[in-house]
Amino acid sequence: MISLHSRIARHVTPEPAVSVRALSRIHGRGEQRVLALDGIDLEVRQGELLCLLGASGCGKSTLLHLIAGLDRPTCGELRVCGGQPAVMFQDSALFPWLTVAENVAFPMEMHGVAAPDRKRRVRELLELVHLEGFADHRPHQLSGGMRQRTALARALAQDARVLLMDEPFGALDAMLRDRLHDELERVWSRTGLTIVFVTHNPREAARLADRVVVLSSRPGRIADEIDVAIERPRRIDSPEVSQLAARLTDRLKEIIRASARNPAEDA
Amino acid sequence: MHPLATLPKTPEPGRRLTGVTADPEAPVASRWSSWSAPLVAIAVGLLLWQAVVWSAWKPEWVLPGPRPVMLRLWSELRSGEVFAAARITLGRAALGFVIAVLCGTSLGIAMSKLRFVRNALSGVIAGLQTMPSVVWFPLAILLFQLGETGIQFVIVLGAAPSIAVGLVSAVDHVPPLLERVGRTMGARGFTLFRRVVFPAALPGYVAGLKQGWAFSWRSLMAGELMVFMADKPSIGARLHFARELSDAEGLLAWMIVVLSIGIVVDLAVFGRIEHSLRARRGLSEER
Repeated sequence: MISLHSRIARHVTPEPAVSVRALSRIHGRGEQRVLALDGIDLEVRQGELLCLLGASGCGKSTLLHLIAGLDRPTCGELRVCGGQPAVMFQDSALFPWLTVAENVAFPMEMHGVAAPDRKRRVRELLELVHLEGFADHRPHQLSGGMRQRTALARALAQDARVLLMDEPFGALDAMLRDRLHDELERVWSRTGLTIVFVTHNPREAARLADRVVVLSSRPGRIADEIDVAIERPRRIDSPEVSQLAARLTDRLKEIIRASARNPAEDA
Repeated sequence: MHPLATLPKTPEPGRRLTGVTADPEAPVASRWSSWSAPLVAIAVGLLLWQAVVWSAWKPEWVLPGPRPVMLRLWSELRSGEVFAAARITLGRAALGFVIAVLCGTSLGIAMSKLRFVRNALSGVIAGLQTMPSVVWFPLAILLFQLGETGIQFVIVLGAAPSIAVGLVSAVDHVPPLLERVGRTMGARGFTLFRRVVFPAALPGYVAGLKQGWAFSWRSLMAGELMVFMADKPSIGARLHFARELSDAEGLLAWMIVVLSIGIVVDLAVFGRIEHSLRARRGLSEER
C-alpha cells in the first residue's frame, strides 16, 4: 500500500489524472431525449483540485458519474489514471449496519488488504479526519458533519489516485462547511490526491479550487476555465476569495441568462 | 445543529449515549404500559368469554367457561402432555420453516438478480402467496399419502413464496446510492449482493421471514388436523381427538396452546430480531 506521504512525489507527473475528450451524454429516449453533456474536453492534472461549477441541472453530476464509471458516455473518450476513482456524494451513504471503523475498512476489504494492515490504516485515517474516538459508533449516532468526515476517510481508504466529490458538503450548514473545507484542504495537501469537486456554490469553488471549470446548462458545455492562484491555506472570508466568488457568481448569472434566451436545445 | 458540535475534537458530547443506550427515565413507564396493556386486554377477553357463558347461549358442555378451561390447561401442562405435543408440532414447524427459508431465499435472490426469472415467476409467486395452503392438502395426500412429507410439502409451499416476495421487495427498496457506493469501492457481482444489498435489505427480509413463519404455522395446523397420525400426538391431533370426543374443555385448552405458541414466537423471536436490527441502525422510534 502507498503511504500517505510518499504520494506527494506524484504531484509533478505530467500525465493527466483524468482526461476527457469530446464527451457527450444523452439522457432518455425518443421524444424525451435530452442532451445533458455536449462535447466536453477536460484534462485534470495530477494532484490538482478542480472544481466543476454550474447551476443545478447543468450536467456537472452527470460528468462526475461518467468519470466515476457509474454511467457510460453516449460518445467521446474518457481516461482515468490509476483505476477506479473514489467517490463521495452529498449523502454520506455510509452503511448503517456497520460501525464507523467497519465502514472505513470496507473498501480495503474489497481490495484484499490484510486484516492487521486494515486495522492500522483505519486508525490512521480516523485520526486524519479527527474521529479517533468514534470508531465503534454507528452512522446514525453521528452528526451530519461527522458522517461526511467518515465518508471522506472511507473514500481515502480506497487508496485511489483520484477522488470525485459530488457536492459533498451541500447539505451542511455554513459553519460546518467552512470547517470541512479547512479539513479537506489539509488532507488534500498531505495526500497529493487529485480531486474533482462538483459544486453550485461559487464561494465554495473560490475557497477550494486550483482551477474552476464553469459549465453552462442544457446542454452542459464548458463555458469558462479560471485558474486560481490564491495562496493556501485560504480563508473563505479573505478578500481574494470573496472577489473571485463575486466574479464567478456574475459569470454564472450571465450563463443562466444566456441559456434562458436559447431554451433547451434537444438532441 | 449546534455550532459547538462541529468542533473536531469534541463533537457533540451529548449525543454519544443516544441510540443504543436508553434514556433512564422514559422506559420505566413504557415498560409498565407494554406489560399492563396486554394484561388488560386478556382480562377483558376472559370477562367477555365468561359473560357469554353466563348468558347460557350454549350449554356448558359445548362452551365451557374460562375457569374449567384454564384448569384443564394446567393439568395438561402438569402431566407434560403440552410439552410432548408441542415438541412434535414445533419440530415439524422448525424443519418445514428451515426448508422454506432455504427455498424462499434462493428463489428471492434469483428473482432479484435475474430479470428473466423475475418476469417469469412474479405472477405465479403472487398467486401462490394468496392461495390458501389447505388447497394443497388433497394433492399432498395423493402424492405422499398420510405422512410427514405431505405436511412438510404444504408448509414449504405456504411459506416459501412470502419469504421470496419479502426478499425481492426488500432488495427493490435498497437505496440505489448504497449500491452505487459499493460498486465504486470495488464490490462486484455476488460480493456486492452479499456485503451491500443483502445487509441493506435485511429488515425487509426479516419481515418476510416473519410472515413466512405465520404462513407455515397456519399450514401446519391445517395439516395436523387433516393428515393426522395416531402414533404422533401432535397439537393438531389433540384438537382432532378433542372434537371427536366432544371434549370442549380440551379443545379450548389446546386452542390456547396454539395461540400462545404463535404469540411467543412472534414476540420473542421475530420481535426481538426486528427490534435489535432497527436499534442498531437507529430506526427505532423509542430510544
